[in-house]
Amino acid sequence: MTESVLAALSGLGQGLAFLFTQGLPNVVMLIVGGVLLYLGVKKEVEPLLLVPIGFGCVLVNIPLGDLMEQGGLLRTFYDMGIANELFPLLIFVGIGAMTDFGPLLENPKILLLGAAGQFGIFFTLLIALALGFPELEAVSIAIIGACDGPTAIYVTSQYAPQLLGAVSVAAYSYMSLVPIIQPPIMRVLTTPKERVVKMGAVKRTVSSRTRLLFPIVVTFVTGLIAPKGLPLMGTIMLGNFMRECGVVSRLTKASENEIANIVTLFLGLAIGGTMEGHAFLKPQTLAIFALGFVAICMDTVAGVLFGKLMCALTGGKVNPLIGSAGISAYPMAARVVQVQGQRYDKKNYLLMHAMGANTGGQIGSVMAAAVMLSCLKGMGLI
Amino acid sequence: MIVGMGGTLVTLWILSLVMNLLKKVFPLSEKEGSSKAAASQGGGR
Repeated sequence: MTESVLAALSGLGQGLAFLFTQGLPNVVMLIVGGVLLYLGVKKEVEPLLLVPIGFGCVLVNIPLGDLMEQGGLLRTFYDMGIANELFPLLIFVGIGAMTDFGPLLENPKILLLGAAGQFGIFFTLLIALALGFPELEAVSIAIIGACDGPTAIYVTSQYAPQLLGAVSVAAYSYMSLVPIIQPPIMRVLTTPKERVVKMGAVKRTVSSRTRLLFPIVVTFVTGLIAPKGLPLMGTIMLGNFMRECGVVSRLTKASENEIANIVTLFLGLAIGGTMEGHAFLKPQTLAIFALGFVAICMDTVAGVLFGKLMCALTGGKVNPLIGSAGISAYPMAARVVQVQGQRYDKKNYLLMHAMGANTGGQIGSVMAAAVMLSCLKGMGLI
Repeated sequence: MIVGMGGTLVTLWILSLVMNLLKKVFPLSEKEGSSKAAASQGGGR
């Protein structure tokens, strides 16, 4: 009887014993989880993602909870929607339903800024390969430069699932830091004269038929060029088609609200679940964060430089600052442009032009991932 | 890097051409234009 009671009591303290004997990485990650929760709740840094990720991180690092073992709660979420790439794609339907491509359609050449804003992906890919990361891991790290959480998760979960936690947290952290990272680069690369270039009001010249056909045509064209990216582009354009056709408002609202919210919760928890201390705390995690930072800086550099080129080619009709919005952090990057533009001329309204570049960046980031995956397929690496 | 960045740039350039083509084939009708203008000026109420 006494032996049974003692055995039962010993079972109660196993977690604590583990934490003190071999749980130092877990303790560190419990602190990291706490920091993520603090950033999400107190500083409101991407709270919708960082709160579930932080809580998932805390849950998985409490020893012997087995939440990421087969049948565990977090493993179930992971298998439900990350291992099979479902969650990021469902989020893309919601993003498509929320996005107004109108400003981009008014001025289609701005889409090229969305291409320039992906330079960081390919630049970082080279550096990651030079540092000795295997090809598929290098691709997953480089995709942080897409500045697009779902794209980063989609690619990483397929080709380097062991890096999912680090890549996702880096991607979302840097996205939220866009207002801090971009302005110094924008200032350094532009002259005072370029910063005050006025672009005029965006004229309304797009018919509803064009807006309706746009998602179908984009899906078709990009699907034919880079078929491996079709799930990404197809889902974002499905959401946008539902928005523009106007006859499935219930589905549109569900996509941008209920479905996106539920999926975000499960996705965040499952990503947090990949941040178990013994697996996460490695030198390569620091390298991933450093490379992600390089990627986003180079996106901004290339975007602004391309903006300068467009400014020169159009005889000063394009403000180079909008080039920095050619990334996928929507609408944050566009707001940064507006704030920076008004800093030098209070009567300069760049927001709608920057929104065009920013939605171009959304398409550009998906396209860059699609091109990269199709190239890898062509090279026989996937 | 060249194929990836070049491929992205060329694809988006093609898309911008397609978007221009769509705008030319399906221009804003006068009726649609006037209703949009009215909406943007807060008209119709």
